[in-house]
Amino acid sequence: MVENRPFAQFMAYLTLALGVVIVAFPVYLAIMASTFDAATIINGNMPLVPGDQAAVNYPRALFYGGVHAREPVAGMMFNSMIMALGIAIGKILISILSAFAVVYFKFPFRKTAFWIIFITLMLPVEVRIYPTYKIVADLGLLDTYTGLVMPLIASATGTLLFRQFFMTIPDELLEASKIDGAGAFRFFKDTLLPLSMTTIAALFVIQFIYGWNQYLWPLLITTKSSMQTIVIGIKKMITTTDALTEWQIAMTTAVLAMLPPVLVVIFMQRLFVKGLVETEK
Amino acid sequence: MEKRAHISGWTLPLLLILPQMAITVIFFYWPASQAIWQSFLREDAFGLASEFVGFENYVSLFEQPEYYRAMTTTAIFSSLVAFFSLGCALLLATQADKNIRGGHVFKTLLIWPYAVAPAIAGVLWIFMFHPTLGTLSKPIKAVGIDWNPMLNANHAMTLLVLSATWKQISYNFLFFLAGLQAIPKSVIEAAAIDGAGPLRRFWTVIFPLLSPTTFFLLVVNIVYVFFDTFGIIDAVTGGGPAGQTTTLVYKVYADGRLGGDLGGSAAQSVILMIIVIALTAIQFRYVERKVQY
Amino acid sequence: MAGVTLDTVRKVYAGNVEAVKGVSLGIEDGSFCVLVGPSGCGKSTLLRMIAGLETISGGEVKIGDRIVNQVEPADRDIAMVFQNYALYPHMSVYDNMAYGLKNRGTPKDEIEKRVKEAARILAIESFLARKPRQLSGGQRQRVAMGRAIVRKPQVFLFDEPLSNLDAKLRVQMRVEIKRLQRALGVTSIYVTHDQVEAMTLSDKLVVMSGGQIEQVGTPSEVYRRPETRFVATFIGSPPMNILPGTVEAPGRVSIGGQSIAVTDMREGLTPGSAIEVGLRPEDVQAGGTGTSSLSMDVDFVEELGATQLFHGKVAGAEFIVQASTGQLPADTRRLALAVEPANVHLFDPQTTKRLGRV
Repeated sequence: MVENRPFAQFMAYLTLALGVVIVAFPVYLAIMASTFDAATIINGNMPLVPGDQAAVNYPRALFYGGVHAREPVAGMMFNSMIMALGIAIGKILISILSAFAVVYFKFPFRKTAFWIIFITLMLPVEVRIYPTYKIVADLGLLDTYTGLVMPLIASATGTLLFRQFFMTIPDELLEASKIDGAGAFRFFKDTLLPLSMTTIAALFVIQFIYGWNQYLWPLLITTKSSMQTIVIGIKKMITTTDALTEWQIAMTTAVLAMLPPVLVVIFMQRLFVKGLVETEK
Repeated sequence: MEKRAHISGWTLPLLLILPQMAITVIFFYWPASQAIWQSFLREDAFGLASEFVGFENYVSLFEQPEYYRAMTTTAIFSSLVAFFSLGCALLLATQADKNIRGGHVFKTLLIWPYAVAPAIAGVLWIFMFHPTLGTLSKPIKAVGIDWNPMLNANHAMTLLVLSATWKQISYNFLFFLAGLQAIPKSVIEAAAIDGAGPLRRFWTVIFPLLSPTTFFLLVVNIVYVFFDTFGIIDAVTGGGPAGQTTTLVYKVYADGRLGGDLGGSAAQSVILMIIVIALTAIQFRYVERKVQY
Repeated sequence: MAGVTLDTVRKVYAGNVEAVKGVSLGIEDGSFCVLVGPSGCGKSTLLRMIAGLETISGGEVKIGDRIVNQVEPADRDIAMVFQNYALYPHMSVYDNMAYGLKNRGTPKDEIEKRVKEAARILAIESFLARKPRQLSGGQRQRVAMGRAIVRKPQVFLFDEPLSNLDAKLRVQMRVEIKRLQRALGVTSIYVTHDQVEAMTLSDKLVVMSGGQIEQVGTPSEVYRRPETRFVATFIGSPPMNILPGTVEAPGRVSIGGQSIAVTDMREGLTPGSAIEVGLRPEDVQAGGTGTSSLSMDVDFVEELGATQLFHGKVAGAEFIVQASTGQLPADTRRLALAVEPANVHLFDPQTTKRLGRV
């Protein structure tokens, strides 16, 4: 800023601190709730300092089932992990290959192919949810990891991101490779792939979060509770009849569910920001 | 944009593009066209036979008061979330853009809610505002409001707006901050030399220069409220009380699954597709104009 | 090693844009050929066709005795130095230089020997482990050259290799390229828009414009006897002055009523017909008098240190005269210019071709 007014600085700190407190408060409450027993929470007087039940709640949520056929959360996290990794890796794989084809080759219907992929950008899975469900059901993929992952891989985000990145690579690099005797495969492996590492990592971070947080699709196609993801599982723990809700376990699960993606954002912040900003261009 | 240099051959590129094409066609174009086709069909009560009924599903959709209510709900929900999340994010971003120590720490502390799943966000907020055990319900009740989002539609909507806004602030903040940092310092310095104070500078120089970002975010936020808030709604209110927080997307889901009205649900999907395509087209046109400018 | 022969080579882009319009050129084995011309004249396209990076729309390209029209770039036995160097950013200097050899299956110890040798010649031995981004512009330039050298190709191709360097470094690298080419004796084709580079580097200078060759010759031939008005004004700085004149008699032309003698003049030109008269700023004698002289109105003077440039008008046309500093007072308003008949160039106003003795 142009001026250096102490008051303006103070206001900036105050506003930001207030923002951070408001943003963090719901999560703080959840963490607190995961350290108390059910009774303390139910009576509505939960203290705002940690209790002593964390050592009970976390193992119980993770490894033991509960009332109304609740599955151990560890299994749900495993499912979520498979789904998130499947979506992230699958998307990266198919989109880097198709972007390579679209950018570096001339072939019949190249423009058409690009547009066919590009249009998928506009329509999220929610608007075609039942027909997609039916196709996955007809293919016998309900309650399978393939069924969870495949339909969510079909999107143009990755292809566009890689295309955009490839366009910034100077043409001369391909020409130098040609003169150096590298064919399509060697150019891809020796030059394009190493140069794309940051983009791949950024896309991975974004897609991992996207995959981990999926809700509607897994809600529809998983019927067995052993296939539940953690985001679905936690919603099922909150029953309409309050008396049956194990809030301390639900909140423990919420903390566990937030942990992987939030850690990814915090520790890979640079890649996360890059991925987020560039996939939206 | 085109590359000057290409690799020759066309069988290889076709092979390379095949996986994406296959998945896109099977899980995208096929179901999307099915949705369009089904929107013109009516199934009998047992789902055994279906007949072509033309636009009847659409007509009956627009005869339902519930559909209009869902539209109104979606409109209100979208505008409130967009307004609050953009407003808060802009305020925070302008503060974080000031040359203060520890700015990047604040940035980290503000962006992580992006990583929280919408459904989880919903769960956090119900817990906080639960009518009997919510930590923040007590002060509300203390001022004499009979707070109960399970029964009162306005309370339910308030809770939805709060949780959806909470989750979206981080995204908007990040883009606003990037937009602010992209404004050349010299322009702001020139405005200061021209005698514009901080507030005046913001409204006459910074905000107009930020308008492409704002517009982009507006569209993204509307699309976000349309689709991504499904998890929040399902967790917080389940569309209730009495269907009063049912948005268009939630209605597609509820009508198809709980009601089994696949034709009606498909017709709603098609309308949603048209809305999203229109929003995207507006955005592209705007972006193009910006590029030319 | 081998020469390069081009036979009516053409390049037509989609939309019928003809970038190279039938160029024929022989480049002798071991010589240094520079293609010079303004941007868009087709020089880079021509070079890229020789490299195999652009398809050839018509004609033939031969390297040695082999027609290479359909040969992949890797198999043409050429090496290229790009304007932006095109170093692989993720590979070390060593790997950048070794990559082409590795792809050819050259034995490891042979690769190492050649890379070390090239690094020694170019004085980049201490950078071999670094990545390109850790190098200065001049060092990157050397690596790009090294990558070409290790291959021991039949032909070196240079695509404006010095234009990304600052002025001082450019002069230094220019000398080095020349010295290196002499030492290795490899046929080299060098594209540039910089006439100083073109004059200093070339054994054979090719001036191009509009997709065609305007003139081929040694640098001094091109400078002393430009075949077209384009070459006359493109080579030389400041550019040659062109004045409108008329034919008076054999060996004499008139410029705005002032008559001058000409040595190199086509016979049989009709007296009274229009003609263009070219005079280099350094070839007219300011302050001189004689039977062949022009008068000039001076507008202003540019000081260049050792020389001064007098800007003004002769017979209504823009004119520049170069004179040694101190030779004339800076406030001179009117100059008499003596013209040596041998230094007058005549061009046809229609075809722009030289009207010299046949």
